[in-house]
Parts: sequence; C-alpha cells; structure tokens
Amino acid sequence: MAAPQPSAFPRSRITDHLMVSEMKKDLRNTSENSVKLSCLNIWKLYGPHPDRLTGKEQLLAASRDPHTFTALRDVSLNVRRGEIFVVMGLSGSGKSTLLRCLTRLVEPTFGEVLLDGVNMMSLSAKDLMEIRRHKMAMVFQNFALLPHLTVAENIGLPLRIRGESGGKIESTVSELTALVGLSGMSKRLPHQLSGGQQQRVGLARALTGDPEFLLLDEPFSALDPLIRRELQGELIRLQSRLHKTMIFVTHDFNEAVRIGDRIVIMKDGKVVQSGTPEEIVAEPADDYVGSFVAGVDRTRVITCGRIAAPATAHSYSFTVDAQSKVADVAEAIASAKGAVGVLDGGALKGEIDAGAVLRMVSAVRLAGFNV
Amino acid sequence: MTRDRTSFSFEQRFGISAAIVVALACVSWSLPIAAKYPLSWKWPLDQLLTMWLKFLVAQISFITRGIAHILQMPLDFAIGLLAKGFEIPLGSETVTIPPLSWAGVCATFVWIGYRVGGTRLALLQAACSAYIVLFWQWHAAMLTLASVLVCVPVAVACGLLIGVFAYSRPKLNQWVLTPGLDIMQTVPAFAYLIPTLLLFGFGPVAAMIATVIFATPPMARVTTLALNQTPMEIRELGKMVGCTERQTIWRILLPSSLPSLLVGLNQTVMMTLNMVIVASMIGAGGLGFDVLRALRQLDIDRGFESGVAIVLLAVMLDRQGVALANAAKPGAASSKTLAAMFGVPLAFLIVATLLGTQFDWLREFPKALRLSTGATLNDAVSWININYFDAIEAFRIFVLTHFMTPIKVALTSAPWLFVSGVVTVFAYFVGGARMAFLSAFVFAFCLVTGLWDKAMITIYLCLSATVISVVIGIPIAVLAARFDPLYRATTVAIEVLQTLPSFVYLIPVVMLFRVGDFAALLAIVAFAITPIIKFTMTALRTVPADLVEAGKSMGCSGAQMDFFIRFPVALPSILLGINQALLFALAMVVITALVGTRDLGQEVYIALTAANPGRGLVAGLCLALLGILIDRLFQAGVARLQHRKSSQSFVHGELAAA
Ligand SMILES: Nc1ncnc2c1ncn2[C@@H]1O[C@H](COP(=O)(O)OP(=O)(O)O)[C@@H](O)[C@H]1O
Ligand SMILES: [Mg+2]
Repeated sequence: MAAPQPSAFPRSRITDHLMVSEMKKDLRNTSENSVKLSCLNIWKLYGPHPDRLTGKEQLLAASRDPHTFTALRDVSLNVRRGEIFVVMGLSGSGKSTLLRCLTRLVEPTFGEVLLDGVNMMSLSAKDLMEIRRHKMAMVFQNFALLPHLTVAENIGLPLRIRGESGGKIESTVSELTALVGLSGMSKRLPHQLSGGQQQRVGLARALTGDPEFLLLDEPFSALDPLIRRELQGELIRLQSRLHKTMIFVTHDFNEAVRIGDRIVIMKDGKVVQSGTPEEIVAEPADDYVGSFVAGVDRTRVITCGRIAAPATAHSYSFTVDAQSKVADVAEAIASAKGAVGVLDGGALKGEIDAGAVLRMVSAVRLAGFNV
Repeated sequence: MTRDRTSFSFEQRFGISAAIVVALACVSWSLPIAAKYPLSWKWPLDQLLTMWLKFLVAQISFITRGIAHILQMPLDFAIGLLAKGFEIPLGSETVTIPPLSWAGVCATFVWIGYRVGGTRLALLQAACSAYIVLFWQWHAAMLTLASVLVCVPVAVACGLLIGVFAYSRPKLNQWVLTPGLDIMQTVPAFAYLIPTLLLFGFGPVAAMIATVIFATPPMARVTTLALNQTPMEIRELGKMVGCTERQTIWRILLPSSLPSLLVGLNQTVMMTLNMVIVASMIGAGGLGFDVLRALRQLDIDRGFESGVAIVLLAVMLDRQGVALANAAKPGAASSKTLAAMFGVPLAFLIVATLLGTQFDWLREFPKALRLSTGATLNDAVSWININYFDAIEAFRIFVLTHFMTPIKVALTSAPWLFVSGVVTVFAYFVGGARMAFLSAFVFAFCLVTGLWDKAMITIYLCLSATVISVVIGIPIAVLAARFDPLYRATTVAIEVLQTLPSFVYLIPVVMLFRVGDFAALLAIVAFAITPIIKFTMTALRTVPADLVEAGKSMGCSGAQMDFFIRFPVALPSILLGINQALLFALAMVVITALVGTRDLGQEVYIALTAANPGRGLVAGLCLALLGILIDRLFQAGVARLQHRKSSQSFVHGELAAA
C-alpha cells in the first residue's frame, strides 16, 4: 500500500510537494480494482488567487502570499472498496475541507480526485450532479434535515430530486425507516425527534439513493456520549450488512479506533500518519499522534500477533489467534500457567505471557516514546 | 483609507481638521458666494428630468396603459367583491351581485384569528371589526383592504423573484441590487407617486403600482437574507443529493426558511397598507382618502374616526400575520386544517351574502345602530384649546424659541461652504476618503439643484426631533426595562405604534396644534421614538445573565448596575436604535409637509399637486441621499468609537498580561 509513511515527510513545504509528486505516479500504478477513491496531491488554499492552479510554481507562489491560508497541504490517500476510512484530527486541521474537496463541494486548488478511476476534476457540472445523485451521499454533523419535511419526506428527498416515481419512493422509505429503527415515526417532523433519532434519519437519507460511497462529517459529534456509542454500534451493524465504502470524519480518536478499518491523522492540513488503528496505537508517529493514542484502551486495539514473542516451545497446551484483540484473551492468558501460543492461520507464530500483556498495557515502551 | 490613518496620529489629524474648519470659516464669512449659493448657478436637473420623463411617457405610454389595463382587472374584481358589488349586463337588464356581507367578512376575520391565534386573537379581531362596523367605516376599509389584497401577492412575488435573483448573483447584488433597494427604501413614498401618476394616470391602478414598488424591497431583502442564512450544511445537502441550482433554491432553501419568509410577508402587508394610505393622494380611495380629506378640511371628527379605523385595520392584519408566522410550524398545515381554515370562512361568506339579499341588515349595517363621535371630539378639542390655550401656547413658544428656532437659524443662515465643508471633514475623520466623497457629493447635489435651504430645514427638523426622542425615549426605556409591568405595557404600545401608517400620526397633533413646525416636530418625535425605546429596552433586558450576576456579586447597586454593566453592554444596540430613529425621522419629515413645513417634503408635495415629475424626483433623490449620508455617517462614527475603545482595551489587556 502506497500510503505515505510519516517519516517520509520532510519539514519544508517545497520539497514536500516535489516528493509527493513522484509518488503520484506510484499511486496511479497501483490503481488496482480494490481502490474506490484516491486523491492525489490535494491542496486547498483560501486566498486571492484563481480557484484552480495548474503549475507547481503558481501553487508555491500563492501559498507564500500572506493573505493566503493553506487548509490542505498535499494530501494523498487511497480509499479501498468496502472499507470505513477514518479521517481524524483536531478541529481546524482540515478534515471537513478534505471531505468537501473529495466531492467538489469545495474546489481543490490543486490535485486530483479519482472515483472508480474517473477523474472528478474533469467532470462537467452535469456529470458531477449525476455522480452525486447516484454514487455518493453525505451525512452531516448537524443533521441538515429539512425542517418542513416529515421523517419520511426527508428520507425520500434524494429520490424525489432524482424524479423517481411515488411507489418506489414509498417502498424504499419504509424499508429504510425500519432499517435505522425509526418505524412508526415516519410522520414526525425533525424538531419532534431527539438528536440521536435525527441522525438516524440523516443516515437513512444517505442510504436512500443506494450510493456506493458515503461521506460522514463528524456525524456523531453533536450527540451525547451514550447515544454516540449506540449510533457507532448501529453504523457498524449497518456496514456489516451493506458493505459501503465510507469516509468517516471525527475528532474523537476512540471513535476512530472503534469504527475505522484504516485511519489517517491530520494536522494543519497535512497527513501526519496513516494506517490501521492497531498500527497507529502501536507506533504513533510523533507526539501529536501520541497524545491521541494515550487515552485509548490499548488492549482493545492491539492484537496478540503484534505483541507475541518468538515461540520457545513446539506446542502449547493453550493457544490464541494472532488476530484476536488482547482484551478478548486476557482472561485466558492470565489463567494459563506460563505462556500461551499464538496461531496465525493455523501456524504457530509465537507466544505470549502475562508479562507481555502488562508491558503492552504500561504502554509507551512499545514505540519507544514518552507521553 | 487605512494608509492615511496610520500615517497621521490622532492628534495630528485632529489638528489638521481644526485648521481646515477655521480656514473654512474665514473663507465662508468673507466670500459672499460661499455664503449664499447664487441662483444663477442652479442646474435645472428637475426641468431636464421632467422633459425626459414626458418624452419617455409619450414613447411608452401604450405599454404602461396596457399594464394598467391588465392590473385594473384583479383590482376591480377585489373592489367589487369587497365593496361595490358587480353589475353584470344580461341582455336588456343588469343583474346586480352584492359585495360580500360585512357579517361574513367579520366572521372570517374572527375565525382565522381563532385558528391561528386562539381565543385572544379572535376577540381582538372581533373588537376591531366591531369598531369598523359600528362607526360604519366599512366601505372605506374594504376599499383599502381590496388594494392590500391585490398588491400583496404581486409585491411578494416580485420580492421573491428579485430576492432569489440577488442570491444567485452575489456580485450583481452587491453592486447593483442592494444600493438600488437602499435608494428605493429611502426615497420617500411620496416621490414614487409622481412618476407613477405620470405613467399610469390618476386612479387606483397608479396607486397600486406605487404601492407595489414601495412594498417589494423589504420582501426582496428578507428573501435574500433568508437564503443566505440557511445553514451551510443544508446548502451542501442540496448539492449532494444532486439538485440543480433551481431545485436547491425552490425545493430546499426557500421551504426550509419559511418562518423568515412569513415575517417578510407580514412586513410586506404592513408596508402595503401604509402605502395604500399614502397613495390615496393619487386616487387610491379608501380610508387614506378620508383621512386626507379630513386633514385638508381640518375636520377633526371624521379624520379621527377614519384614523382609528386605519389603526385597527393595521392591528388586525399585523396580529393575524404575526400569529400566522408563529403558527406556521413547519409542516403543521395538513390538508385537513387547511380545509378548516379556508372552507369554514368561505361558507360564512357565501351564506351571509346570500342571506343579505333577503335581509337588508346583513348587507348594510342598520343606520340606527351606527355610532359616531359626532361633534364631541371637535368640542373636546375646542374645550382644550379654550381652557388650556395659554399653557399649550406658552409651551409651544418656549420650545420654538429656545430649541427649534436657534437650530433652524444656525443651519439655514450658515454659509453653505462652511456647513458642507465641516460635515465633509467630519466624514473624512470618521470614515476616510470614501465617506468624505459621499458627503461632498450629497451636499453638492443639494446645492446645484437649488434645494439647499429646504435640505437644511429637513435636517433641522430631523435632528431636533431625534434629539428630543433620545431625551424622552431613553429614560422611558430604562424604566420599562427595570419594571416588568411597565415593560409589558411598553412592548404592546410599541408593537401597536409600529404598525401604524405614518400618516396617522398627523391626526392628533393637528387636532391640538394645528399646523406648523411645532406640530410637525411632535408628529416626528412620536414616530421616531419607537425604535429608540424598543432597541434600548430590549438591549437592557437582554444583557447576559452571567454579566448581571457578576455585577451583583461585586455588590453593584441598581444604578451602578445600569451604569457599569447594562449600559456599556447595551450601547451598540442603543446606538443602532438612534440610527433607526434618524431614518424614521427623515421619513416622517416628508409627510409633515402636509402640516405646512417648508422642507424637501413640501417640495415633493408641491410637485405632486403640480404634476411636475422632475421636481418631485429631484427632491426625492435629495432626501434619499441625505438619508444614506446620515445613516453611513452615523454608522461610521459608531464603528470608529468602538474601534478606538476595543484597541484601548486591547492595550489594557496586554498590559495586564505583561
Ligand atoms: N471559506 C474559508 N475561508 C478561509 N478559511 C477557511 C474557509 N473554510 C475553512 N477555512 C479554514 O480552514 C481550516 C480547516 O477547516 P475545516 O476543514 O473546517 O477543519 P475541521 O473540519 O478539521 O475542523 C480552518 O482553520 C478554517 O478556518
Ligand atoms: Mg469540521
């Protein structure tokens, strides 16, 4: 996978840009079937310059203008088909801007976006409208429900805009209302629903057009912690049935870890690290990432395979799977006498003892940095 | 602008300004030409405009008459329906269809009031209708209502379209539409009448067109504002579900901002009513015409009765509209409630009107039961004038000699070069080169069109009324903010006062003080004081609770609390209120021409009676320019004050941090 390694990013903006330009070819070559969306060297500058810049020189000149604010600096990423791809970062780090660049709600100043191999930047307004109608949908932080429409009407809106027939809308809507657990509320108006219910409507509406690609901008950030957890579970459940490709923006690292198949972490418009939750928790690239990781229950993220030591025996009376999370087998490890074996696809990979678990829990040493 | 601020210090700029003022004074008082603008230098813009307009009219009158003809139809229909009935020639005889019965119309008002506002609103509607029926202002009121009913949909449709257009073309909006609407709203209503008179002829249709032109800008503004204020996410939703631009606006943005639009609708209704009254001058008829006639004949009783009818009609429409806007919870109107809302009154109307063909009392309220103030009001006023003439006269003379005349003399006799120079220097001081340019332009316009003296009288009336409004209004607001019952009473009073057409304010002052500057001043003050009281009172009451608590915990007394906490926090809103008052005053000054002031309003009025469009338009433009100048100057001054203050407190903050 060509996701840039954090250490590969030098400080200077100029070399930054040149480096990644090399990589762009690299990404193109890996345009395997499994990549749903890739974005290449996206820059977004707010300031007095044309919407779209073509040359590197223009870009560099514009970004040096004191009236220009650089919201995204050379972001490249690949989102695979069927995964939940989380974009995580503090507020103001450019997450929403990135998300909107991917859909061209915001025009990227530089860079390209490929959706199913189609260059989004070269689409006419009409084609873009068609793509938005059929291929993608968005869930908003503050729900963006239309206040004058009922739950059912809100959910059916994308189909109505497409001009579908009444019967089709009705059946889709009742199916979706049930799917998100709102049966019996379809006649209510948004202001008669709780926040959690409103976002369920938002989710259902995003699924209405049966898009392959969902974009969720901090969908649960406006909700209370308990409701938030409930909806996270709901999203995971939905995903296990629907297998959509999702980009999920959040500022909550726990949420990112819980939901994401892969995570990129952003800071000041740049990607500072990307990887699976486990990779990030195990090896935070810098103090910024480390400060997020510090609050996470590592045992629920890190797998046995990662902390296994080389095996010292040929067979163990008790074994665990390399993919299981440490928390799920901690009990077994604690009650076993001595080490337990770690199996990866049936083959013995190593061993774990209680000491390994404790070392992992006491954190920090794993990646060798201090919080 | 920013450069010259940084290059001179405050003291330097002050010094320079003072020097310029002294120099101006020397020149102005030594050079006769600088004192009195020579008549021969007048640029006959009014004559040019008149010529040009007459030419235009000659060219396009077939279009305008055509439009008038088309608009005549709905108006005739509404008037027939509400007031006059229809006469349909059928073969040799004519069949007369009577207008809607008063009982049915009243029942409709009460019913809708009940549906949208509950028993209280229903009672209010009933009481107001009862007055109009008992004092038999019915025909006039229905004529007025017919105009309103026809004008409002047209104005709302135009406003919506312009508003949407402005939203989708922000550049055009900023450079063309907004200034255009600004001018349309500051040109006095009077001034619209003249060109419409010319283009469409005397009569209800011309009045209707003037009314629509007058009532459209607020709806357009509300629409653009509502569209721009819809949350970003909703706009993005529109794009993400693949709406075309038109779908986004008409299916997503406009419906979701329905509550704001309804507020705009209500404003449009009130503006329409206000203008229909003013437009009685060019033949709108109805209540406005009755008041106008009474004002001209100084027939106090008739004027008062019609005036009250206008007030009550305004209150009825306004309360109904407000309740409707509040009741319009999104989606609340299902087809069933709609049927009840409109079906039932329709039945009332039909039944009452049909019965009216049998029972006379349903057609015309019986004469025997009608009320009238008769001569009592006239007698009461005479009695006051006889018994308190000396006191009133003494008061009038006192205010005139000690307050108004000095300002008037100062403004009208000061050399034009000095006045315009000083204001322009001040404009430069608070708002930089652009403001100075605006100021110079406005004064130059007044001078070359020969309207200098009238402009000065306008300013004098406007300023002195605003000063008095501040002096009276702020203490009232402070008290009202302090005591709950007073607050409630004041709120209601202000709501009612704000719905009144400006015309109505003239009636009581004319009753007591006849004509002249003093009567005008009182009417202006009564009109301009409402925004001051409202803004100040609301601002004082909405000071954040934690600030008030902070003050209490420091042990502030009541007065200290006002002085240290409430006033400073509320100051921006209070200043905004004063700014509004200035503009209100300006709008009212124009109307006071009817009671004999010699300001720009008089110029418009004369032009109106002489059907001289150029003269009226020039005076109207002059007024609009003065209004814009006053508004911008005041705002720049306030911004400047606050800028100074915030930079000071920033310095303090830094010191404290260090
Ligand atoms: N229209 C705009 N003009 C100027 N700056 C903007 C604009 N939109 C966003 N920004 C800036 O871009 C940065 C990133 O914003 P955003 O993507 O919304 O951050 P996040 O979603 O991570 O909180 C912020 O610092 C914000 O101030
Ligand atoms: Mg955001």
